Amino acid sequence: MGDTALVALRLSLVVATTAAAISLLTGFPLAWALARGSFRGKTLLRALVVLPLVMPPVVAGVGLLAAFGRRGLVGVWLFDAFGIQITFTTAAAVLAAWFVSFPLAVLAIEAGLRGTDERLEDAAATLGGSRWYVLRRITLPLLGPQIAAAVVLSWARALGEFGATITFAGNLRGRTQTLPLAVFEQLQSDPEAAFALSLLLIAVAFGVILSLRGRFLR
Amino acid sequence: MSLAVDVRVRRGGFEVAAAFEAPAGETVALLGPNGSGKTTLVSAIAGLLSPAGGTIQLDGELLDQPNGDHVAPERRPIGVVFQDLLLFPHLSAEENVAFPLRARGTPRNEALARARALLERFGLVGRAAARPRDLSGGEAQRVALARALVAEPALLLLDEPLSALDVGARARARELVRDELARFAGVRVLVTHDPVEASILADRLVLVEDGRVTQIGTPEEIRTAPRSRYAAELVGMNAFHGRLDGEADGIGRLAVEDGLVVVPWPEAFGGGPVIGLLKPADVTLSLEKPAGSARNVFHGHVTSVAVEADRARVRLATAPPLIADVTLGSVHRLGLREGALVWASFKAVEVDVLPA
Repeated sequence: MGDTALVALRLSLVVATTAAAISLLTGFPLAWALARGSFRGKTLLRALVVLPLVMPPVVAGVGLLAAFGRRGLVGVWLFDAFGIQITFTTAAAVLAAWFVSFPLAVLAIEAGLRGTDERLEDAAATLGGSRWYVLRRITLPLLGPQIAAAVVLSWARALGEFGATITFAGNLRGRTQTLPLAVFEQLQSDPEAAFALSLLLIAVAFGVILSLRGRFLR
Repeated sequence: MSLAVDVRVRRGGFEVAAAFEAPAGETVALLGPNGSGKTTLVSAIAGLLSPAGGTIQLDGELLDQPNGDHVAPERRPIGVVFQDLLLFPHLSAEENVAFPLRARGTPRNEALARARALLERFGLVGRAAARPRDLSGGEAQRVALARALVAEPALLLLDEPLSALDVGARARARELVRDELARFAGVRVLVTHDPVEASILADRLVLVEDGRVTQIGTPEEIRTAPRSRYAAELVGMNAFHGRLDGEADGIGRLAVEDGLVVVPWPEAFGGGPVIGLLKPADVTLSLEKPAGSARNVFHGHVTSVAVEADRARVRLATAPPLIADVTLGSVHRLGLREGALVWASFKAVEVDVLPA
């Protein structure tokens, strides 16, 4: 263990936390549209949202490469116009982790929105609450547990992400080598270190879930 | 200061069309059976539903215009108490009451102080910190009323305010609602399906049936001259709904769903749908087929006998069904009880016929 482990652990925490935060921000509007919206193509949108959950992560990584790779659909434009290359950067690791984890955030928040009584929001409106005020004071607080669940689920999924990361972001120490990637690499040279790293990953995940218990989760 | 409503509102496949006015200083009750469209009207007045047409006007300001212009609910000076109260479950009683003030920008401390003062008036000062789930039905109802009043709206709209309460709490809550209605200077609109509640709390009744206003009047006016089947049932009159045809000698035949009633032909009437009203006291009961001049004679079983003071209200499964009001002496003489077979008769001229 030692350096490799600490570097990978730090990177894993940064990547998972950033990905979970972005999952929440992108997941909320999507969940809102799915729970409250009525528009054509809603069924299609829901299928697309769930897709990353059911596709093998390696395939997700290939898909991300096709989109954001150096020669990908978006990637080529990003590079030509701005000189930005995403692959093999920490941003790529975050993007990979986000891609596989945001559906969990959408599903958790959508279930929460379906479970809240919309008439409470109606009542708040008749009491003088603007849409923004009602969202802030009524909708979001009522969704508290579901938002916490969305964060924990997507964070945990992002922390464990392996396939999409190694395919799309590569395995560069300090930049894209998250803890699961480090475990995989160590397993081939130093199995005992791999076991130790796995234990560390389990301990960190368990600690985070325990610390949230009682505050958001029951 | 007044509320003037003249709208058509659609909800699902159901359209409610209603016109009525509610001046300040008077409590107007929208009274009608469940499903008649009262709550749809409440939603439209509160601004939660856009009318399909017509206008809603409060104190001279058009809240809904024929061209579809619509003032958002949060900009309407209206305090609503909803049928199931809709207290915010994550806020304490005082935070619930402070909500309308906070939403309009009052600083937190001032809003909470005003909320507490109002809770004190409602006898809830010790419950200010309680969450809605820990309040009794009566307490929750008072919190909802305080929340509707705290921002001093121009219109107080109460949708079945007592329906969530059990019988014991209801009497006390009704008194509180009556007192608060009396001290509220703006326009007061009460929605209820309970005629007792309506006649105790309201100065004027607007009867709503099947999405239409069928009668507007004081409780006294409606008691003495009901104008619809629902109103007649409310005040315990017999009502015959049907088509009136076959005029002869000032008498016509009113075909109702399950029978025929002979009634007077109204002056200058060309035939068509009418409602015939008959006081229960004008129905005569007998054991033998009556031989007198009564044109309407029916035979059937007694379905119920309800004694009120020295009289009894007898319901009969005749065709059409009838309600008769008889003395206790008759009850004994005729052996009236559930299941007994009797003849019922009344004169054609006793029926009051109105175009429907």
